[in-house]
Amino acid sequence: MIELIIFYVFAAVLLFSATMVITARNPVHAALFLVLTFFNSAALWLMAEAEFLGIALVLVYVGAVMVLFLFVVMMLDINVAPLREGFARYLPLGILVGVVMVAEMALVVGAEQLDVGLTLTGGGAADTGESNTRLIGSVLYTVYVYPFEIASLVLLVAIIAAIMLTLRRRPGTKHQDISQQVRVRKADRLRMVDLPSERRE
Amino acid sequence: MGVLIDLAWTIGKILVLVIPLFIAVAYMTYAERKVIGWIQLRRGPNRVGYYGLLQPFADAAKLLMKEIVLPANANRFLFVIAPMMSIMPALAAWAVIPVSGGWVIAEINAGLLYVLAMASLGVYGIIVAGWASNSKYALLGALRAGAQVVSYEIAMGFALVGVLMAAGSLNLGDIVRAQEGPIWNWFWLPLLPIFLVYWISGVAETNRLPFDVAEGESEIVAGFHVEYSGMAFAVFFLAEYANMILISGLATIMFMGGWYSPFHGIPVIGADGLHWFLIKTAFFLFCYIWFRGTFPRFRYDQIMRLGWKVLIPVTVVWLVVESGMILATVPPWFD
Amino acid sequence: MQAVRDFLNSFLLIELLKGLRLTGRHLFSHKYTIEYPDERAPQSPRFRGLHALRRYPNGEERCIACKLCEAVCPALAITIESEQREDGTRRTTRYDIDLFKCIYCGFCEESCPVDSIVETRIYEYHMEERGENIIHKDQLLALGDQYEQQLAADRAADAPYR
Repeated sequence: MIELIIFYVFAAVLLFSATMVITARNPVHAALFLVLTFFNSAALWLMAEAEFLGIALVLVYVGAVMVLFLFVVMMLDINVAPLREGFARYLPLGILVGVVMVAEMALVVGAEQLDVGLTLTGGGAADTGESNTRLIGSVLYTVYVYPFEIASLVLLVAIIAAIMLTLRRRPGTKHQDISQQVRVRKADRLRMVDLPSERRE
Repeated sequence: MGVLIDLAWTIGKILVLVIPLFIAVAYMTYAERKVIGWIQLRRGPNRVGYYGLLQPFADAAKLLMKEIVLPANANRFLFVIAPMMSIMPALAAWAVIPVSGGWVIAEINAGLLYVLAMASLGVYGIIVAGWASNSKYALLGALRAGAQVVSYEIAMGFALVGVLMAAGSLNLGDIVRAQEGPIWNWFWLPLLPIFLVYWISGVAETNRLPFDVAEGESEIVAGFHVEYSGMAFAVFFLAEYANMILISGLATIMFMGGWYSPFHGIPVIGADGLHWFLIKTAFFLFCYIWFRGTFPRFRYDQIMRLGWKVLIPVTVVWLVVESGMILATVPPWFD
Repeated sequence: MQAVRDFLNSFLLIELLKGLRLTGRHLFSHKYTIEYPDERAPQSPRFRGLHALRRYPNGEERCIACKLCEAVCPALAITIESEQREDGTRRTTRYDIDLFKCIYCGFCEESCPVDSIVETRIYEYHMEERGENIIHKDQLLALGDQYEQQLAADRAADAPYR
């Protein structure tokens, strides 16, 4: 009973904040609502006893990705009025994408005849008594090891590509080589000069 | 009825943990001023009560009575909510910390991940405070804090992977139990480089000296909390110190054998229990203050270099070494 | 070789440990704080605090309105007006010192031919109203009367070096 109430509270907040993400005028507010959305879905996953997934969602998306998002959004000085100009022009495209996504969701959910939804208790972990994390790990590194490794390779390539795209070797910057700074000896900088002292005439 | 009793029991446990935590935070500020005073050949606060012991309460009373100034053009809602966003994760993470054998509010299996997630949430309070204040210093502080926390989280996460490999569990209680025995059985010895990386990134994660560019009094006034006053400022302060205690407690649990006595097998002082957890945590907290009294502030680019080019490679290399030790079942840790 | 040693020095945190050892030693060493309202730092007889005007033992004020102090004052803090008294001696009718301007250099004291304007050892004083920063002749004389004993003793102690 109480679990059900908690579930509906989280679900309601989730839907509300997800709506606010796309309706909020201020981009920083939108990003913070997205954080709230992630947080609530993590809570729902926790209730479904998928604690590893829930916490990983908070850790990766809330803890790292959204921080960088906010970072970028905060630096922008966005004027809201021009953003609304193209609304009518992009409306058909938006509707098309929306319809496609709804159709895909229907296919995915409909394939299981809606019987996987709302299983609040009794996930895989509870049945075997094994820790959820261990189960995911063993599946990931046995059955799905190739897709997993390929995904990680793709990410690695993406990281290197991003670095290569932004890497500029600029001559003339006052870049400091810290190890060189540390390595400096007194003899490198200081020259002792023996000046003859003045004598009285 | 049974539900209500359960609820009351949980709330009781939370109070038993949080009230001493707040007192510890109050006396942490006192200890900081005292120890830094001693390091600088001063005496520290000694006017309010014996040896200045009532100083934290005098400070709290002063801050409570001050006005909370709302800057013009600040985002009101976010400005007010930011201090709460920063203290909430600092307190929430304590739910999974076992202070002694079985003394924990929630014994969950993914405890280590949970703590890491909560530690990474603390930065939101700082970023939101910096943005909502509508002040350039605050924004600069927020940007620095954001970049720093995200970078050091990676090194910290890798360090936690080392602990997880050694203990074979994400449950903090099991991690401590895996270190049962005298001082050389604890994980600090086989994981020494990882322990140091964890500790350095822990100091950076809490934005304490020498990594306090987010505040940087001499550069950006007070960083993200320039515009805060009174109780709102006090809450930021509270969150910072609660986070310090959390990081110290985690270091105790993961590397220093939690509640186990270092003199295992010797009567009286060999007894395990809460007191050993407190002593070890207090030692790490002292280290925080000691570092603050010793090291000058890092420059921003030096912080980034240390995080990405030194700490992360060191951890990765030692993870490989550790895997070798586990495969070779090196006693007494991995047998 | 040197490069390797430098690398190890910083990589093994040896430099940081050295710093920690230094502050760790300071933690236990003697503290120099003087707890001010309870304890006080020693003062020299040459201490330069609040000003005073002295009198001769027979009660006659020393100041002869020569205005040397007014002339020597680098901060222009002293204002003097003088007139002839009935007995034919020249005396000040006004002797004001602006304490906000005064830099407590002690030149007035040194320039005084009759040891009239002096600086006492008082350094704890305050003003509550605007205008109180300018002290007048009667206040200065009263200060001189009050602290005459110590002023005389301090002058006597410093006399061999003048």
